Amino acid sequence: MDRAERNALTVAIVLLLFFFVLIVYAAKGLKIDLPTCVTDVQPFKEGKLIQHAPDRYELHVVAKMWLFDFNQGNTEIEIPAGSTVDIYLTSSDVVHGMHINGTTVNLMAIPGTVNYMRYKFDEPGVYHVVCHEFCGVGHHAMQGKIVVK
Amino acid sequence: MKVEGGIRFIILSEVVIPLLLLIFGVYHGVMQVLYRAGVLKTDSFLGIDYYQGLTLHGVINAIVFTTFFAVAFGNAVVLYLLKKPLRSAVQWVAWFMMVGGTLMAAWAMFTKRATVLYTFYPPLIGHWTFYIGAVLLVVGSLLPFFLDWIPNAIAWKRENPDKKIPLAVFGVFVNHILWTIMIIPVAVEILFQLFPLSVGWVDEINPLLARTLFWFFGHPVVYFWLLPAYVMLYTMLPKIASEKGKLYSDPAGRLAFILFLLFSLPVGLHHQFTEPGITNAWKLIHAMFTFCVALPSLITAFTVAASLEYSAKAEDPSVKNSKFYWWTRLPYLRLEGDKWLFSYLFAGLILFFFGGVTGIVNASYNLNLTVHNTAYVPGHFHTTVGGLVLLAFLGMSLYMVAKLRGTDVRFKGLAALAPYIWMQGMFMFSYAMMVGGALEGFPRRTNAGLTYLNPDSPLYRPEWVGYAQLSVVGGILLGIAFVFFLVSFFGTLFAPKVRESVVEFPIAEAYHDAPTPVLNNLKGWTVAAVLLAVLSYIPPLYDVTQRGVFHNSPAYNEQYPIPLKQLQQTEAKTKELSMKEDR
Repeated sequence: MDRAERNALTVAIVLLLFFFVLIVYAAKGLKIDLPTCVTDVQPFKEGKLIQHAPDRYELHVVAKMWLFDFNQGNTEIEIPAGSTVDIYLTSSDVVHGMHINGTTVNLMAIPGTVNYMRYKFDEPGVYHVVCHEFCGVGHHAMQGKIVVK
Repeated sequence: MKVEGGIRFIILSEVVIPLLLLIFGVYHGVMQVLYRAGVLKTDSFLGIDYYQGLTLHGVINAIVFTTFFAVAFGNAVVLYLLKKPLRSAVQWVAWFMMVGGTLMAAWAMFTKRATVLYTFYPPLIGHWTFYIGAVLLVVGSLLPFFLDWIPNAIAWKRENPDKKIPLAVFGVFVNHILWTIMIIPVAVEILFQLFPLSVGWVDEINPLLARTLFWFFGHPVVYFWLLPAYVMLYTMLPKIASEKGKLYSDPAGRLAFILFLLFSLPVGLHHQFTEPGITNAWKLIHAMFTFCVALPSLITAFTVAASLEYSAKAEDPSVKNSKFYWWTRLPYLRLEGDKWLFSYLFAGLILFFFGGVTGIVNASYNLNLTVHNTAYVPGHFHTTVGGLVLLAFLGMSLYMVAKLRGTDVRFKGLAALAPYIWMQGMFMFSYAMMVGGALEGFPRRTNAGLTYLNPDSPLYRPEWVGYAQLSVVGGILLGIAFVFFLVSFFGTLFAPKVRESVVEFPIAEAYHDAPTPVLNNLKGWTVAAVLLAVLSYIPPLYDVTQRGVFHNSPAYNEQYPIPLKQLQQTEAKTKELSMKEDR
């Protein structure tokens, strides 16, 4: 290995290490982490929005062909700005996706499992929720709304 | 090297058959940008519906075309460099399995029996012929490696005990070793989960286990597509750039291939970052290994650029002392001899630069939350597999056909221009997809023109319109570039023969060389790669079978929101009822 090659390799390794350190810092320091294995919540059949405190909510979402059930069949819900929401997600049939546009909430809904992520809705506005995994012929009409007031 | 009869037909047809299918694959690629932008506000066009076409586009372009080419290219490279005849019987069995498997799967897809996309995630389930066809295709593609190339390489080694196996053959071998290992998890998924479900032997499936097994295959497969292109970059590109061109370093090439062998496999969880049921510590470990597998591509970037610099300076000594000016001395658009092939590899390399950068973004653990399953992802992989891999394969297909048929390359100007138009089209398409996906959340795999890009729909999302329209311009340029290529390809295929049929490649010698016995020990590295892959998959497999999945799921068809079994029972009942009424 000549000098130029060694230099190129060093630059590549330093660059990748730098990226990796930033990732770990964002995950563990800033708590922007990926969903993990949830074992304490069983898959559920019905969507529910539960309020625990004025700014604390628990949202149970059932993704199904071809709608999001946010709250007893509703595909649209309202919450006040500044709320922290614990989102639990499952699917009642095939694999779905759930991306709340404009946020880092980007989850897969897999039947038989429960996915979880916490998000704080600071900015008021309409958050579109899009299914981004192919789930059959109605896939392109599978959208819900979270209205933050 | 002369090549006659059956072997010549086999290699030629392994290039031509997938290209014929690719015509449909690219056609539906162009259709997709029209659907997605709302230019076509419909479910289907000419009897092919959007998701069916998307399935065909994915399976043909990414699985059939690439697998056939890897076998054809491997056959030709091994034949040319080891100078040992291939065995007709083995080649014919492999040929029939690959062609038969492709026809089975194509039948299922074209008749709408398997609209499941090329990832075939359960519990959406297709017809069993789709799964068995896929298995036949991939298993058939292994036979030449085990029964032809390996015995030939052992015989060659016996005759040349103190020589290293040629770098091109080394690369092809690493590629097929990887292919062999990665087929095991997907074969388990198909034969023990999907096939029994599709024929009704079992009623339920663990969809998360199926996805995990799929991505155990689904990541290394992108390196299976890439490595033949890397073989061309290392061993052929310098020689095409200049007659006096040399590969900068042979050991660096071998090191890159070995790193691919080690780190391509234990990284599949980076496709599952947003999934439930897998502890995120394992996701972070796979993210780390994914950063490791970026390293061989960064090594390749250096070695290929250094080889090009050497070649340019050897060709024109007046730029010998310049740092940047030698870039102007490369044969970007030249028609003499085989120089047209440079356009393909160079345009591919430029696209791959962006593919690499965006790939590192995808791999970056939590950063994936902003881009997962948005249009960003197709934007990324169209600059890798639709960039370097496809352009290298198309260029080399044309080159091999001209040599094997003994004809001149016809319409060389079109052939040399095509990659640059393709590159421009891909820039526009990928830019639109990536920016729209990352900033606005424009989803992938969605017939958006019907709803999200339809001003009459209540779901209209005006912020996506501009990106979708730009991708239409890109898609049309891509279509034009592909037509240019096809004119030259079929012109060459049917041109009159002017010389002997040969198998031949422009192989460059190495500028730096060394014996590198450690790197050449493929057996040892294979064992290490398998161990690393198994170790990194034990925890996630435990999670998805023992902890994260509470119950299994029945099969579904993409048309109906009720389980397939229930659907079939209802259908049977209605049939019975109507028969009773008839009586």
